[in-house]
Amino acid sequence: MAEPLAKLTKKDFESDQEVRWCPGCGDYSVLANVQRVMPELGVPRENFVFVSGIGCSSRFPYYMNTYGFHTIHGRAPAFATGIKLARPELSVWVITGDGDGLSIGGNHMLHVIRRNVDLQILLFNNRIYGLTKGQYSPTSRVGMRNKSTPMGVIDYPIEPSAFALGAGATFVARTVDVDAPGLQEVLRRAHDHRGAAFVEILQNCPVYNDGEWAAIEDKKTRVDTALRLEHGQPLVYGAKGQRRGIRIEHGVPTVVPLRDDEDPIAAGVTVHDERAQSPAYHFALATLAPPEFPIPVGVLRAIERPTYERMLQSQIESAVEARGPGKLDKLLRSGDTWTVEG
Amino acid sequence: MSSSQGPAGPSPKKSQRVERVAIRFAGDSGDGVQLTGTKFTESTALAGNDLSTLPDFPAEIRAPAGTLAGVSGYQIHFASADIRTPADQADVLVAFNPAALRACLADVRAGGMVIVNSDAFTDKNFERAGYTEDPLPALHERYRVVEVPVTRLTFEALKDLSLSQREAGRSKNFFALGLLYWLYGRPLEATLEWIGSRFEGEIREANRRVLMAGYHFGETSELFPVSFEVPRAKIEPGTYRNITGNTALAYGCVAASVCMDRPLVVGAYPITPASDVLHELAKHRSFGVKTFQAEDEIAAVSAAVGASFAGMLGLTVTSGPGFLLKQEAINLAVVAELPLVIVDVQRAGPSTGLPTKEEQADLLCALHGRSSDSPLPVLAAATPSDCFSIMIEAFAMAVKYMTPVVVLSDSYLANSAEPWRLPDVAELPRQQIRFRTDPDGFFPYVRDDETLARPWAIPGTPGLEHRIGGLEKQDGKGNVSYLPENHQRMTDLRHAKIARIAQDLPPVECHGADAGKLLIVGWGGTHGAITSAVDEARAAGHDVASVHLRHLNPLPPNLGEVLRRFERVMVAELNTGQLSRLLRAEFLVDAQSLTKVQGQPFKVSEVRSGIDRLLGVA
Ligand SMILES: Cc1ncc(C[n+]2csc(CCOP(=O)(O)OP(=O)(O)O)c2C)c(N)n1
Ligand code: SF4
Ligand SMILES: [Mg+2]
Repeated sequence: MAEPLAKLTKKDFESDQEVRWCPGCGDYSVLANVQRVMPELGVPRENFVFVSGIGCSSRFPYYMNTYGFHTIHGRAPAFATGIKLARPELSVWVITGDGDGLSIGGNHMLHVIRRNVDLQILLFNNRIYGLTKGQYSPTSRVGMRNKSTPMGVIDYPIEPSAFALGAGATFVARTVDVDAPGLQEVLRRAHDHRGAAFVEILQNCPVYNDGEWAAIEDKKTRVDTALRLEHGQPLVYGAKGQRRGIRIEHGVPTVVPLRDDEDPIAAGVTVHDERAQSPAYHFALATLAPPEFPIPVGVLRAIERPTYERMLQSQIESAVEARGPGKLDKLLRSGDTWTVEG
Repeated sequence: MSSSQGPAGPSPKKSQRVERVAIRFAGDSGDGVQLTGTKFTESTALAGNDLSTLPDFPAEIRAPAGTLAGVSGYQIHFASADIRTPADQADVLVAFNPAALRACLADVRAGGMVIVNSDAFTDKNFERAGYTEDPLPALHERYRVVEVPVTRLTFEALKDLSLSQREAGRSKNFFALGLLYWLYGRPLEATLEWIGSRFEGEIREANRRVLMAGYHFGETSELFPVSFEVPRAKIEPGTYRNITGNTALAYGCVAASVCMDRPLVVGAYPITPASDVLHELAKHRSFGVKTFQAEDEIAAVSAAVGASFAGMLGLTVTSGPGFLLKQEAINLAVVAELPLVIVDVQRAGPSTGLPTKEEQADLLCALHGRSSDSPLPVLAAATPSDCFSIMIEAFAMAVKYMTPVVVLSDSYLANSAEPWRLPDVAELPRQQIRFRTDPDGFFPYVRDDETLARPWAIPGTPGLEHRIGGLEKQDGKGNVSYLPENHQRMTDLRHAKIARIAQDLPPVECHGADAGKLLIVGWGGTHGAITSAVDEARAAGHDVASVHLRHLNPLPPNLGEVLRRFERVMVAELNTGQLSRLLRAEFLVDAQSLTKVQGQPFKVSEVRSGIDRLLGVA
């Protein structure tokens, strides 16, 4: 097995289908980076399954030369759960959008995370319904005007990473469509995690919500707008002369201005702990938002907990151990039987 | 349990021979009515009678004691001949309290016996049951009322034990059971053995004593001048057990998994009256059965489809409201052409309706309740034990034709029980599953010439990586296609594939006669009532026959020809005429309709009067 695996390249993961997103769509970059990371994961190509719902982003599986299932709107986590509990050896990736995963499919998202099914869940957050041509989504900002809200959105949005934490996620990460190294690193970490790995990808829709993430997508401004998370390192961001840190105390974040040579820890900046059991700190991180704060990117939370499909498998194993493999004849004869002689 | 002979010692009283009897036990949920019924049923099976049973559970989980809402009932019909229904009317009612009497009296035939626990007939209980006065005196004209102080006699039998009043009171159902064992000459041994294995210490002793006390009370009390004898029925030799439709259904799923050597993945969300199937399947992890209680019905069916995509036998089990929620995912399985079995244990009414009650009104929903043209096979079980065979058939069909299959059961089949001659496991139909493994010439929608099925190519197979989904696919290659002629072709192919299943179906056989004046057509859980009514009518000299459909799509290939052999056709069904509409459309036959939607199964007499009416002999 090892040899053919070693030979896989990005090309092996490109399907023969013409990619049909709009020019400039952030989905292109995500696709390319996923295809680039796949060969490194040590999984035979035939063991990858990409499962999606409905939306622009959900066309993703058609472009991957792996097994793929483009299902129905919002339900990809449920299909993926069925696949994973049927065949735990498969590497199952869920592709969803902010509308697919948090509006129509919010319930399934909640439960797949809560159960800790070992899946990689990539949520493309463009804060808009792309495929249906530009209605607001559950992540759209209040006041945003679009086709279905000509006078402005009046729903309060949900923060996907905070939603995942609230559902009991064991792994939450956030990354940016065009940040190739950051995205690739998060994909690798998500793959390595055992359990439901929730990854929010900030994605630009140049047609219906252009520039939503411009400040963090643009390399020039990213140093000041992104807070790169690294386990055990202080929460520091900002260009030279603009250096700042974040202190989170009792769930309340504050910005700590730093001199370029100042020790952030001594200055009271919080040290990132992705493994903290309580999600309170991670929740505070997830809800940091501009303009006051930078947007944290990288792995927010990663803890260990047994996965659903493994526990199910071990129930089967212990049932077989206790009773032996099921015998149909014995089952049919369980309970009271009587014999009528000929 | 082994077969055994009659009760201990000869009775000095006279015994009278009867051919069939229906007994209804009724009381508060806490009175042990279901247990009493079940034990009586077991002894009746041992006594060699054919039988059919139906429990009637209260809708509320914990209704106040003594009220109508809390009445739990159990009816058993047994005979020296073939029996197919739990009987229209009871010959004997055993009422543990006034509420039970009030709830069930209308179902007792005139002249029938009403045995009551007179100790429970108190002013307080009259009030709880909604009686303004003691109802018993007025009953003597119409029924043979026997007042037995069951509670008092139970305490009497237990007075030297140290049980509390409450504990002792719990044994009183065994008194009634013992009494009825005497009355109908049932063997006691099996129940005594069961008490011995099920209870311990003083409780065991109490139940045993009370059972015997009831039996001896019958023997000695002047209240019962005669006992009855129901001779053995002629029953096909074999090993039997009693089985409800829901248990048979679950066993059928396990059997399908064993016969096809593929694990079962069950996605389900609890709903009456289907939950018991999930409960039963959840017990069978040692067969590799993976049950998944999903967050809702949509997730349940989606997980089952996902499991099918991954190469397992995907199953989802539900009832009406849940069935509706599943339709979009079922439509995906139709287009993706994946095997899947969906069970709808039908219940009464639109929306929440009457959740525990009987109806068979989801037929058109199963056939046409999805958007666009979305054909799939629909099967319906005819009897409780048929629920077993039909599941094996459904899975085999789903896999052979790569299609979702809907199986309709109903709340009557789900809960009623009948003796089931156990099949020889070695003789169950085996079907080997052949996954596609050869990459040479592989495309997701290349079709088998005979079945038109596409290949089942599962993840993990090198060289077969492919994508499927809900967007219309190009025939053969399986790429997304918006071409007009391709959509026409795929729509036609989906229909043709399901139509081809007819080639595997056995021809329908008429019951009674192959041609004549009147044919009654039925489907689903009405089999017993229709067949019994036809037998009665034929015995009375009328020219009538019946066919019962287990396959509703595609219909059996010879059905049109069978319909034409009769002068008139009448469809009997528990909805407002769904199958009759289908048959009219399909065969241009002037099918009449006999329908009922009262949350209750057909009574034999109702079908019988429908027959008489149509034949002009009423
Ligand atoms: C049951 C159902 N309802 C509605 C739709 C229409 N629909 C398709 S995609 C979509 C929204 C997708 O938004 P999002 O998940 O954010 O994906 P994006 O296109 O932005 O990537 C909607 C409403 C559908 N396909 N199915
Ligand atoms: S509509 Fe927006 S999200 Fe959809 S493909 Fe075009 S750019 Fe991308
Ligand atoms: Mg979107």
